[in-house]
Amino acid sequence: MSDFLNSSELYGLVQGLYIIAGVLFIAALAGLSKHETAKRGNLAGMTGMLIALVATVMLAASQTELPGFRSLPITLVLIAVPMAIGGAIGAWKARTVEMTGMPELIALLHSFVGLAAVLVGFNSFFTQGTHDKVHAVEVFLGVFIGAVTLTGSIVANLKLSAKMKSAPLTLPGRHLLNLGIILASVGLLVWFMASQRILTGDIEVGVIPLLIMTVLALVLGFHLVAAIGGGDMPVVVSMLNSYSGWAAAAAGFMLSNDLLIITGSLVGSSGAILSYIMCKAMNRSFISVIAGGFGSDGAISGEARDYGEHREIQAEEAAELLADAKSVVITPGYGMAVAQAQYPVAELTSALRAKGVNVRFGIHPVAGRLPGHMNVLLAEAKVPYDIVLEMDEINDDFPETDVVLVIGANDTVNPAAIEEPDSPIAGMPVLEVWNAHEVIVFKRSMATGYAGVQNPLFFKENTRMLFGDAKDRVEDIFRALPR
Amino acid sequence: MRIGIPRESRPGETLVAATAKTADQLQKLGYEVVVEAGAGQAAHLPDESFTEADVAVADADEVWASDVVVKVNAPTPAEIARLRPGATVVSLMAPGRSPELLEALQAADVTGLAMDAVPRISRAQSLDVLSSMANVAGYRAVVEAAHSFGRQFTGQVTAAGKVPPARVFVVGAGVAGLAAIGAAGAMGAIVRAFDVRPEVKEQVESMGAEFVTVNDPAMDSEASASGYAKEMTAEQEAATAVMYDEEARAADIVITTALIPGRPAPRLITAETVAGMRSGSVIVDMAAANGGNCELTVADEKTVTGNLVTILGYTDLSGRLAAQTSQLYGTNIVNLFKLLTPGKDGHMVLDFGDVVQRGITVVHDGENMWPPPPVQVSAAPAAAVAVPEPVAPKPPPDPRRKLFAAALAAVLFAALATVSPPSFLGHFTVFALAVFVGYYVISNVAHALHTPLMSETNAISGIILVGGILQVGSTNTLVSVLAVVAVLVASINIFGGFLVTLRMLEMFRKD
Repeated sequence: MSDFLNSSELYGLVQGLYIIAGVLFIAALAGLSKHETAKRGNLAGMTGMLIALVATVMLAASQTELPGFRSLPITLVLIAVPMAIGGAIGAWKARTVEMTGMPELIALLHSFVGLAAVLVGFNSFFTQGTHDKVHAVEVFLGVFIGAVTLTGSIVANLKLSAKMKSAPLTLPGRHLLNLGIILASVGLLVWFMASQRILTGDIEVGVIPLLIMTVLALVLGFHLVAAIGGGDMPVVVSMLNSYSGWAAAAAGFMLSNDLLIITGSLVGSSGAILSYIMCKAMNRSFISVIAGGFGSDGAISGEARDYGEHREIQAEEAAELLADAKSVVITPGYGMAVAQAQYPVAELTSALRAKGVNVRFGIHPVAGRLPGHMNVLLAEAKVPYDIVLEMDEINDDFPETDVVLVIGANDTVNPAAIEEPDSPIAGMPVLEVWNAHEVIVFKRSMATGYAGVQNPLFFKENTRMLFGDAKDRVEDIFRALPR
Repeated sequence: MRIGIPRESRPGETLVAATAKTADQLQKLGYEVVVEAGAGQAAHLPDESFTEADVAVADADEVWASDVVVKVNAPTPAEIARLRPGATVVSLMAPGRSPELLEALQAADVTGLAMDAVPRISRAQSLDVLSSMANVAGYRAVVEAAHSFGRQFTGQVTAAGKVPPARVFVVGAGVAGLAAIGAAGAMGAIVRAFDVRPEVKEQVESMGAEFVTVNDPAMDSEASASGYAKEMTAEQEAATAVMYDEEARAADIVITTALIPGRPAPRLITAETVAGMRSGSVIVDMAAANGGNCELTVADEKTVTGNLVTILGYTDLSGRLAAQTSQLYGTNIVNLFKLLTPGKDGHMVLDFGDVVQRGITVVHDGENMWPPPPVQVSAAPAAAVAVPEPVAPKPPPDPRRKLFAAALAAVLFAALATVSPPSFLGHFTVFALAVFVGYYVISNVAHALHTPLMSETNAISGIILVGGILQVGSTNTLVSVLAVVAVLVASINIFGGFLVTLRMLEMFRKD
């Protein structure tokens, strides 16, 4: 055994396994492109991870012979115990998390990657110093990205779980503050690389700029995300997903580990694409989302218009409309998740489908607090995924739709985006529900949506409002449905 | 306040102004409702159905003593005499054509609301009785035609030979015409329709009928050249008449709905055309009450011509579906009272600032209010003024700028690469390729799977664990401790991420 661990073949084997693992990770993400192959993809990811870990443990075991490393058994224990604890925590979280709480969990997991990147970066500095200039930059960058990801994700988690106000925090001169931190960090990088003097023990003096930069980066992460409102969270979470990937990639550079680089780049570009899709779906530039403070820039509400009066409908009447309809489309939004209405909605859906009504769901890309959030909620409530369609797939079908139920959505069904060129959401692609024969909007009150824009949909001739808690109202309709 | 629903006095009338359901809805608005015994009998609404819905059934005297009396037909002089002074009566009134009725209402010192005087604005559609009745009548016209037609509507190939589908020609694509088109199409007939307003072509086609155009190319150009687009020239009239003749002769069923407001119905189907139609054909003349679109129509009668063409001049088509029409009329009444009862407290308030309420009020407390001031059909022009000039679209960025930026980046990168160590460049190659692979792989992911994608990437970014594992064996205690923490949190990611992805994917199921 120990012969093999010391042999030069080991290095080749480990690299080979890393390549296999990298390919499996790509296969995992490729598999997720379709429902049919998604589970296989996940399995490929797990296998890749297992191979990577086995290879790494072998590599760690071979290091134990080198000076400056502990003995093999102690090393193995130091690996196994935290892994077991972490694995148990992870498995427990995965089992117990509510699907409405997925955004929080994902944000939390991002922060762990950020934390790990910071720790690995510091360790890399402690063990190798800053002799190698390229390596020094890699360490600095890795710690910086990791720290931003860490606090940013924690703030996102707190906002999503409503432990922190979701309204954007708008400090005066906040853009200057961000810029200042970045410039200061560049200055600290120069200082970090300048000196290899020993401060104490075997730690170089560079630890001081590294620590200062870490604190600054933590502040930056906090401030960046605190300045972004709750409705922009899909973008923020995917952006942090991207950052966590770049943090891993940076760690790969500092450890000269290609597997980390591959994986980090995959994750980084994944998050970047998701953010891009979200931004496009809101017709906003990535910069404007990241700069934050949506809804606070003054000239926002456009022209105040008089849209006339809205009309109400009662649950019994709505039940009749639904029972008589041939085609029904439900467009859920974050409000459905808040009211926990997905279960009664699913029940109503299956009752209507049993009656022969063609019920489908239209999902706007930014509905919910996470890309694809609505799909997961509906899947959990046992709505078959083949009736859950994307905005582009269903928009042309609205003119042939008898009844549309808008549950907890507002800005994503706002005709102002198309009809009013001066509206703050003008140009945002929306679900064109108003083309259907009847639209029923579930809403607590006549308040505006996240963007603070009045919704002329509520005042259209074919729209009727059903006021109250979405869950209660859907249950009322279900009960009133003629059997 | 009390609303009385009397039994209709007109002979043969089957309708009633409220059903059990709409009476109940009126009571929910705070009113007390009394229905005359037997009022709903002809509409298949026995008195028990009202009492079951907690609606009082009473004799005529009590009903006519109510604060508000709601009926279908205009009140007769005898009925007006039974009204209390200050009471309100709601019904169809044809106020433009019945000055004596308005005088009688004035003399009786009551308020009269005419359901057939609702202004035709979209907001008032929910109380537009004429639309609801025309809709039912259009359907019934097809049913009557099918009843008198000796063959079936739908085409079939049977063992006993081929059955051709019936050909239906509908004149006028208003509410009644469109309803007739829909009903005839649903029964399997081939439907063709004509309307003098070419803009309804789309509606006709949406109901599944073919829109007939007057086939005279000379006509269009002449009409636009002379500028008399609206008035039909003699030539146009002749061309249109030829079209009616040809279409009617080709059809098995002709349903005419053409009306001109305030004038007798236009004569469209001549006796000559009828004589040229096939035996067994049916004409339903829905304009019979206003003189008829067909020369041979006799109002309220079924006539059969010498060549065995049946002409139906029924004027009570909607009344022949009494239960349905009563329900629709009752719902129109409920919608009216929703408008008149802003407090939902059973207290009727007439607001003459509202064009709908002003429009239907023909007599108010004995004072003549007819005709109402003209209604501005829509407030749209005013709103349109408020729309500011559309923001000029930003000119698209020069594509050369992008190219230039890319070239600059490439040059900078090449310059940096010359001073970089080769090992870094090797890693950078891997990095650049992985970013592009990631870009193409992720671009294909379905929107529906974005949440599992994120948790999956969460799990694999836990690969940073590798860094921790390689550092954990260091004899430097600080390094060891930090690495242990890194391994722990990264493990949470790996296990949590993969398992929650699995859990989510298990939930997605197909039907």
